[in-house]
Amino acid sequence: MRELPWPAKVYLVTVVGVAGVLIGRGLVVPDRLGEHHWPTLLVLALLFLVCESVPTLLNVEQAAMSVSFSAALAAVVLVGDVGAALVGATAVLSVRPGLPLHKRLFNGAQFAICGYAAGWVFEWLGGAQDVPSVDRFTDLLGPFMGAAAVFVPLNAVLFTVMLSLAGQLHLDEVPLRGIAQFLVSYLGYATFGLLIAGLWATVQSISAVLVLLPLFIARWAFGQYLAQQRSYDATIAALCQAVETKDYYTRGHCTRVSSASTMIAQEIGMGPERMRAIGYAGMLHDVGKLGVPTKVLQKDGRLTEEEYAAIQLHPMRGLEIVRGIDFLDEAFAGIMHHHERQDGKGYPMGLAGAEIPEFARIIAVADAFDSMTSDRAYRKAKSIDEAIAELRKQSGTQFDPVMVCAFVKAVDRRGWDPPGKMPAPKADEIVETVAKDHDDPTAPIEVVSER
Amino acid sequence: MTLATRPMQGLDSGQLLLICAAGMVTVAGIAHTAAVGLVDTQIAIAFGALVAAGELARLTMPGNREVAPIGAAAALGYTLLLDVGGVPTRHSALQVVAVMSAGMTLGALPHLAVGRPPRLDAIARRLLSGALLAFAYRPLASLLYATTDDGKGTWWVVLGVMAVLITAMLAADVVIAAVLRAEQVRTALRVAIRDELRMAAPLGAAVAASGTLLALASHSMNLAALVVFAAPLLVTQVAFRKYAGIRATYLQTVRALARVTEVGGYVEPGHSRRVSHLSLAIGRELGMAEPELLELEYAALMHDIGQLSLRDPIPGGATVLTDPVQARSIAELGAEIIKKTGVLDRVADIVRRQGDPFTGRDVPPLASRIIKAANAYDDLVGGSTDRDRAAAALERLRLDGGDEYDPAVVESMARVIDRLTPATRL
Repeated sequence: MRELPWPAKVYLVTVVGVAGVLIGRGLVVPDRLGEHHWPTLLVLALLFLVCESVPTLLNVEQAAMSVSFSAALAAVVLVGDVGAALVGATAVLSVRPGLPLHKRLFNGAQFAICGYAAGWVFEWLGGAQDVPSVDRFTDLLGPFMGAAAVFVPLNAVLFTVMLSLAGQLHLDEVPLRGIAQFLVSYLGYATFGLLIAGLWATVQSISAVLVLLPLFIARWAFGQYLAQQRSYDATIAALCQAVETKDYYTRGHCTRVSSASTMIAQEIGMGPERMRAIGYAGMLHDVGKLGVPTKVLQKDGRLTEEEYAAIQLHPMRGLEIVRGIDFLDEAFAGIMHHHERQDGKGYPMGLAGAEIPEFARIIAVADAFDSMTSDRAYRKAKSIDEAIAELRKQSGTQFDPVMVCAFVKAVDRRGWDPPGKMPAPKADEIVETVAKDHDDPTAPIEVVSER
Repeated sequence: MTLATRPMQGLDSGQLLLICAAGMVTVAGIAHTAAVGLVDTQIAIAFGALVAAGELARLTMPGNREVAPIGAAAALGYTLLLDVGGVPTRHSALQVVAVMSAGMTLGALPHLAVGRPPRLDAIARRLLSGALLAFAYRPLASLLYATTDDGKGTWWVVLGVMAVLITAMLAADVVIAAVLRAEQVRTALRVAIRDELRMAAPLGAAVAASGTLLALASHSMNLAALVVFAAPLLVTQVAFRKYAGIRATYLQTVRALARVTEVGGYVEPGHSRRVSHLSLAIGRELGMAEPELLELEYAALMHDIGQLSLRDPIPGGATVLTDPVQARSIAELGAEIIKKTGVLDRVADIVRRQGDPFTGRDVPPLASRIIKAANAYDDLVGGSTDRDRAAAALERLRLDGGDEYDPAVVESMARVIDRLTPATRL
């Protein structure tokens, strides 16, 4: 509470006050909440509280899906505006861990206001606030839609204002996609509220169990999915690092290329699925290097054409290794073509310009940048500015100018954490280092022409 | 895991029996319906369409289990249906079977068209368990509807009967699935039942709730609400699909990345895959449950990953012939790599102890003992299917049994190998 700025405090007090007035007035005025409503109200409040107390955060950071919406909207139909406000107000008692009192107060108050407003709209549109009888279901539809159309946006507005006043949200950062996702999922939950209300006449509270059980199981499955996802990301990172431990200086290269590629992807507005895919592609782009004989990698000076061909084969080797994994096809293309150049002088296929898959153009930039900003056995790391200048210089010949621009913007905005100085390997530690990093655009591999 | 790609081949006798039973029930249902005509046509078509949609949206859960939750819930709803908007329904159990099979066939057609035929045993099981419930419940339908006093009295009796029968059906379904699985992967029935139960419980509960919801909803709302009532289950299905997807990708990724040791020339081509296959078969033979088997598979695939930290590949990569000190250090290095994931601690432990001898007070975990034996066998035999070579290798492991290798593991390995290479027996 103390850390809140004063406008947020004022806002909090206002919202709580309005909610209090609405509920108080409703309770004082007779006939707003008949005695026969109390058992239903109690069951709904309990349900709402259970839903509200379960940790709700789901896969999207922008929208925490909460089943409690369904209970609140069912209350609008079953126990009317004041009842809905009371049900909403029980959010104050939520036992969700890590939720301080002032947040619970605000949640309860805003749910109460939304419930009251939705109840008012419901009645205004001709809905009767009572357990709907079995044969009158269709009459319920119109008023209920109206109520949901008020509840969901009002809730969103009250919440957004609070977040922006508390300085936790900058309006220009809210992605439109996130808002749309939020609205759709909440309208879905509103439908479930309608189902609960519509079935109440037949089986009372069992209707809520029947509707919400699949949702709770869905949430459990989402939780399992997220746990697997995290575990998977950790595993793939660890395995990729294992592949590159052999070369002392390239340790951590794969994770950094992965995050740089993701930064570019985000900057050019890729969807979440593709962004995840390019993260994996960036992570795995060099696994094929293990197929290149160590003596070729460590050879000082010029390589023979045959040796150079062995290096050029590593994207194909990498593809061969990861081909059995169910990634987006683009990820495979990214791994295979990450050494193509805009001018068509790259390998393995010599593609040029727009022929090069988008993923590969992104990884190429990320790969070269990390190589330049890391220490190598034969040179020190370049500064970020130097490396960016080099990217700019090669843009159009080696790199796609669009991706270079996007990367520069992303680094400007979010910064870049270079790997730091690699201490020279200890004398007693036997390490391997490559003579020349094949990713380094400033030190091209020289090939002896045999002709 | 190869069964999905060739569903028509390698059917066990249990699967054949199941498919025949389902086929007979289907024929009976369709013949009966054709003879007496479709009762309550509109309702039948609506539910049949939902079954078809569910079949279209079927998914494959971990362990190559094909499920169609929305289709199952629709079939359940149609079975349990007592009235639509106060008008009692009169469809018979055989009509339920006919609608189910028609819907499933329709939903499977688009998959067939793109070359993804359904697994026959899975679709037969779905049909048969639905039919079982229909035969138990439909004869009671008019009686049960009377207890609701034409829709105005209490529904609690109906709910109770529904709950009991659905539970019985799900239990029967789990047992059928377990019998099939036990036969298919050669594991103990007890273990298979536990595995199936663990996999089926969450999705089964969601399907049961949604099926009941569909039946009850048709009482107070008309059929238009059918789609809406499948919505909670749709959310569940999306969640499970994501979960199944990441599980599959996880396994594929570990399988793929375990191959880097082969590409790098540290081990012979196919070594990790063969060791993991053999280890899994032994683990099943010894009655390990599925979560343990998954850890065993990961550990077996990655058992040589420690070699990546070696300066030069061991010639031929045969760890059984290298000196124990080096083998131990490879195991330690491998465990260190796996430990870095932060989540596969038990797998790391298995890999760390893969070289430990069977003697001594501190017996290594079963998974480690299995990998040790399987690894040694593959080092001796390689990809060869020559039975003399296999017998010689087994003899050598037996000689070391009780000392280096766990005799129980070696014996079950002998049984597995005997089974896996019958083609070369003359």
